[in-house]
Amino acid sequence: MILQGLLIKFHDLHNCLRPDSKPLTLLAVDVLVEAVGLTKRYPPRDKHSEGFVAVDGIDLTLHRGELFGFLGPNGAGKSSTMRMLACVSPVTAGTLRVLGMDPAVDGRKVRSRLGVVPQDDALDSELSVAENLRIYGRYFGLSKSAIAQRSAQLLEFAELTDRATERVDALSGGMRRRLTIARALINSPELLLLDEPTTGLDPQARHLLWDRLFQLKQEGVTLILTTHYMDEAEQLCDRIVVIDRGVIVAHGSPRELIARYTSREVLELRFDAGTELASAEKIRVAGIGDRTEVLAARLLCSTDDGEAALGAVHRLGISPIHAVVRRSTLEDVFLSLTGRTLVD
Amino acid sequence: MAATTSAAGLSIEPDPSSRPFLGRHEFAYRLQRYRRTWRGTVVISLVNPLLFLIAVGLGLGHVVSHPAALHGVSYLAFFAPGMLAASAMQNGIVESGWPVSRGVSKGGSYRVAITTPLESTDIMFGHLLFMAMQIALSAIAFVAVMAAFGAAKSWLALLAVPAATLTGLAFATPTAAFAATVSSPKVVGNLFKWVVMPLYLFSGTFFPVTQLPLALRALAYATPLWHGVDLCRTLSLGTATWGRCAMDVGFLSAVTVLGIVVARHTYRRRLYG
Repeated sequence: MILQGLLIKFHDLHNCLRPDSKPLTLLAVDVLVEAVGLTKRYPPRDKHSEGFVAVDGIDLTLHRGELFGFLGPNGAGKSSTMRMLACVSPVTAGTLRVLGMDPAVDGRKVRSRLGVVPQDDALDSELSVAENLRIYGRYFGLSKSAIAQRSAQLLEFAELTDRATERVDALSGGMRRRLTIARALINSPELLLLDEPTTGLDPQARHLLWDRLFQLKQEGVTLILTTHYMDEAEQLCDRIVVIDRGVIVAHGSPRELIARYTSREVLELRFDAGTELASAEKIRVAGIGDRTEVLAARLLCSTDDGEAALGAVHRLGISPIHAVVRRSTLEDVFLSLTGRTLVD
Repeated sequence: MAATTSAAGLSIEPDPSSRPFLGRHEFAYRLQRYRRTWRGTVVISLVNPLLFLIAVGLGLGHVVSHPAALHGVSYLAFFAPGMLAASAMQNGIVESGWPVSRGVSKGGSYRVAITTPLESTDIMFGHLLFMAMQIALSAIAFVAVMAAFGAAKSWLALLAVPAATLTGLAFATPTAAFAATVSSPKVVGNLFKWVVMPLYLFSGTFFPVTQLPLALRALAYATPLWHGVDLCRTLSLGTATWGRCAMDVGFLSAVTVLGIVVARHTYRRRLYG
């Protein structure tokens, strides 16, 4: 009896927190995306080429309110995964549920509750800022008054209010991206998918965009983004999967991943080209640091105490051109997982 | 959900799939764009054919006359409905070729539309409806000018508007089907070199195909443009018969429907691949 009473109370509370939503079962509230063995295989383009497996059986569970990141180099399968989640690319194998529904069956219904920010903006540059929002709102079947009201809020959010009547041609890259995010929010989506939202933006525009994404998260929107920037994943994401060649190679919070796959600090040494391998060998033999990676003329030594490691290197008689001690990042996680850097 | 995203008082249609014809949203989008861009399209779809009409009416028409081949009508009255059909063909290809190939390409408008409740077939039908509207608007203007020049010999010329629209669609739907497969909008330009120009010259626009050697004549009869020209011309001259109209309309409709069937497939393949 008491338990039952509590459940009813919880349900009431839940409904009054989210007055605009239909009552949902408690289970469905939490899991927005569930993928098991998700696979995308593209057929061969012609007789001479072979088919290509872009996503090779990934498992994924996403909860409401999370900011979730796919991290990986170009061609890792991030965009293919995002297109399947957005219900615009059929799943080749495995199961996928988005908002509790099967995209193959209820694609339209799912899409009406999603927001999608494509990598290339895909704005209509012949139309004005406000017209781009209006057209997209119409696609969702929103009424004119609803679109007008929502557009005003979103232009404010995107800091584009005074540019509403300007043609999209006239906007900077950062403004376009903010408009694309505003457009994706026109239908008040429960889940926002962003494919490389800050690629190609200058640092200032990136930071402004991060602020906006963080604000959305605080307002309760669930976000999934892909990135090949480690700092972005580190700054924004609650949870990350590292994806490489279509498979998940690691998952966890940024902090967990750093703790699990790399030491606290990295000693970065730069050498004259050609001398790095010999120095790396000496450092390894001397047992300095936990792991040592050689990248071109750079040597990265993971360690819990970078300064001590640098002292030890100097005592070996090795004199790099340049030495830096820095905190470990997700870049180091990726390097230790795959032996490769993220951006070539 | 909170402030920015939840939108107090706004509601999304509960089940968009239960609403009829979502393609109307694509049509509305095309219309909105047209408000910005119509000036540019008027030149190619209307001014060019009108210049032809004027040149023939005032100049060439007086030089050319062959009572036997033209069955006793003036060259202008013979040529104008042919030009109506030929310009409908050109409009059909222009309005489908480049817009569709841009729509399906990376960053194109179709790529945005498929992330909403619309599906590729909705987008295709909405866009085709808009193409039909543009072809029809040009045909209306053309027939009005024909009438003003005295080149329309029968009230049946009014029916040349839907006839020309159907002719345009018989080119628009296969072109859309093709354009959805091309890697670059530039490829669409080839249609003008290899399809539009030969058809213009040999499908009866400028002279009766009976002037052609038998083999070429048979080829002309197999083209949609000849049927479009024949339909528009017999209506405009008032010589149309039920049987001949039915044949022409049947042929043009079949090509249009075939184009739609193939386009449905190529749209789907390209957009969801």
